[in-house]
Amino acid sequence: MSARAETWLWITQRGAGLILAFAVTLHIATIIYAVHRGLSATAILGRTQGNVAWLVFYIIFAVAAAIHGGIGLRTIIRETTSWRGASLEAAVAAFVVLGALAGCRAAAALFA
Amino acid sequence: MAATLHVSVWRGAAEGELVVYDVPARPSQTVLDVVTFIQRRLDPTLSYRFACRVGMCGSCAMTVNGVARWTCRTHIDKVAQSGAVEIRPLANLPVIKDLAVDMTAFFEKWARAKGHYKPPAQPPADFVRVPPKTVERQAADEAIECIGCAVCYASCEVVAWNPDYLGPAALNRAWSLVNDVRDAGNDERLRAVAGDAGCHACHSHQACTLRCPKQLSPSASIAGLKRATLRAALRGKL
Repeated sequence: MSARAETWLWITQRGAGLILAFAVTLHIATIIYAVHRGLSATAILGRTQGNVAWLVFYIIFAVAAAIHGGIGLRTIIRETTSWRGASLEAAVAAFVVLGALAGCRAAAALFA
Repeated sequence: MAATLHVSVWRGAAEGELVVYDVPARPSQTVLDVVTFIQRRLDPTLSYRFACRVGMCGSCAMTVNGVARWTCRTHIDKVAQSGAVEIRPLANLPVIKDLAVDMTAFFEKWARAKGHYKPPAQPPADFVRVPPKTVERQAADEAIECIGCAVCYASCEVVAWNPDYLGPAALNRAWSLVNDVRDAGNDERLRAVAGDAGCHACHSHQACTLRCPKQLSPSASIAGLKRATLRAALRGKL
């Protein structure tokens, strides 16, 4: 992969990490709030169902996590194994797409 | 301190063994003094490398008790409190024999990182004045004192994981040139230092900065290259 492509992967992973810093903070804050208030699953779904703001937030969160994790996984694989080339890029791309889809599906389940 | 030092020295190349020599302890003795005593008095077949003996040439670096150091500037009583010390060649470089490593890959990476000054197509008519207070000059100053001893390179985990990685010394050199306002080779240089064999492979463990005998910070230089390559990528110049 070219130096330019590698650099853009690095920029993308850092950008996704920046989004995650805010998303994880908000996510943990809502967990603490829900636990302290003793909210039931029904009460939580009552707040998220039909709420476009939560849907958008969790979709962004899920996609950022998949991108950040996928590029990081690629780096770890390249540093710890001899796996290189198109098969690695395809596997990592599949990991990112499947991770993002699974996350979006979960966000949709909270919304619908 | 013990009257006699028990010094374990690597003998061989990639394959070899530690051989223990007994060396008389002396005041203000350096690790290089100990190695020299072994070669001159106990075993003349021992191979090692040194030149200036005063921390200027950068040729006597070895692994002392698991840590890369200049042997000429390391007093033995600092590293051998119990009277025993282990001396091996630098890590991350092929061993030629005993304590001498092959530095070829290390210096080839300086060349790959475009670690040389590139003059502009039209040379200036007069001397270029670089005011000492400018940001670029001060950034270059912080990186420019490297003498190429390879202590940082031997201490870097990323070099061990990824043999193609340019390493802290070559990237530090590139950063000093990125800040050289006279230089005309930065587009090419930033392309050379970007990517998984360049600055983006650095995990910022900072072993290079911790071990640098000149108290330089290759980690800061690499962070600077990451910023510079980011700007170049956003401008479409990478």
